[in-house]
Amino acid sequence: MLQKTIDWLDERVDLSEIRHFVAEKGVPVHTQKVWYYLGGMTLFLFGVQVATGILLLLYYRPSAAEAYESVQFIVTKVEFGWLIRNIHSWSANLLVALAFAHFFSVFFLKSYRKPRELTWLSGILLLFLMLGFGFSGYLLPWNELSFFATKVGTGSAGAMPIMGHFLLRLLRGGDDVTGATLSRFYGLHVAILPAMATALVAGHLLLVQRQGMSVPLSIEKKLKPGEKLPQMPFFPNYIMRDVLAWYVLIAVLAALAAFYPWELGNKADPFAVVPPGIRPEWYFLAVFYTLKLIPSHILGFEGEKIGVIAFGIVALFLVVVPFLDRKSLRGERSPVFTVLAVLGLVYLVTFTIIGHYAK
Amino acid sequence: MTADFDRRAFLDGLLAVGFVSTAAAMAYPVARYLVPPVSGEPETASAVAAKASELKPNSGKVFKFGNRPGIVVRTPEGELVAFSAVCTHLDCTVQFKADTSQLWCACHNGTYDLGGNVVSGPPPRGLEKFAVNVRGEGADAEIVVSRA
Repeated sequence: MLQKTIDWLDERVDLSEIRHFVAEKGVPVHTQKVWYYLGGMTLFLFGVQVATGILLLLYYRPSAAEAYESVQFIVTKVEFGWLIRNIHSWSANLLVALAFAHFFSVFFLKSYRKPRELTWLSGILLLFLMLGFGFSGYLLPWNELSFFATKVGTGSAGAMPIMGHFLLRLLRGGDDVTGATLSRFYGLHVAILPAMATALVAGHLLLVQRQGMSVPLSIEKKLKPGEKLPQMPFFPNYIMRDVLAWYVLIAVLAALAAFYPWELGNKADPFAVVPPGIRPEWYFLAVFYTLKLIPSHILGFEGEKIGVIAFGIVALFLVVVPFLDRKSLRGERSPVFTVLAVLGLVYLVTFTIIGHYAK
Repeated sequence: MTADFDRRAFLDGLLAVGFVSTAAAMAYPVARYLVPPVSGEPETASAVAAKASELKPNSGKVFKFGNRPGIVVRTPEGELVAFSAVCTHLDCTVQFKADTSQLWCACHNGTYDLGGNVVSGPPPRGLEKFAVNVRGEGADAEIVVSRA
């Protein structure tokens, strides 16, 4: 039956190129190949987000008057609504975590080196987009916690020099976080960001397919001239392993959604007293806590501004890393960048933990 | 050779069963999710349609009866009648036509008499009739419409 359908298609649109690609595609086998799974797992969760996000759209209402009630309706009245919403929330968090893991693994293995600069570029932009998804989606249930966290988050954007105030108004749709902000974040979350992410994911995957998997520098150096690493066929050997990893994710997601339901909290009230313990999602904690630590004035400049500029420089550095790391470009070891990555990782982990427990 | 083939076929079958069960386990909650829950709102029993004084003879008014429209009419003879304003053809909202003293649906030109019966056009049956009571006296009197 399946074969007949393929033959039918083949007669009309020549499938030989796809068949050739499927038969030829291989994955290099070596001791570091475990890191290859992270990208596929992140991609899988992106798919989960798209599917559950579309389902949530069927009942969600993006207005200050109805948003909270509609989410409440989804989790209490709609059959399996709790499951869809919990999976969407948990999967979002796992997605960010895996995207970070993918990012660090690529950084440590120096897989960004020539010829994969563009893959790195699309990947780092995707990482930023995922953070944007998290930031905009956090507000949508319109509860106390997300409302005040959004005030703080958009407020730090307002600390940017020169264009800060403009950016703050652009994000909030006014001077304050109101229903207008909710409309904007909704549009961002379900239309603008998905469109950008789809284009970038397509480009990212196309590049990965075109260039094949990168072999880590350390392993490449051990090869004798002319020697090639053994390959594993992608179909079906490797894809089956990918699917296995996805099944692990499904199990983890289902368990988290069932046993640790995502809280909805109280409806946002702009005139309520700020409840204690307002903090952003965990992946913004390190930045949030750092900005808290910076003294109000450094050498006559506003501390907050300096912090925001510093983070901007770090982001820019990450974008252009493949062009700065000249050594790995020549196929040499580049310990400086490894040290930078270690420092970055240690900073993120410690500040996230401290930020979590800090009062 | 055959033993090897059988083992492979068996494992392939097992894998297929696994994938199909996964798909089914995902499709079931999604299918249930897509069906909107039954509205918790109780069926409206009665509603205030209008002030008695605002309805002149040979006029009508569409009012909110629960979450669907109703229509109350004072006939040229001065009698009050009320119906569901949902046309029985395709759920459009009917209106009162003073020139013919009939209820008329603008969507497909269906007409009903003031007893709610179909006069002409595509509606398959008459409009649901409601009971009308007047509560209070004088200028404050309210027209109360209830499910018959």
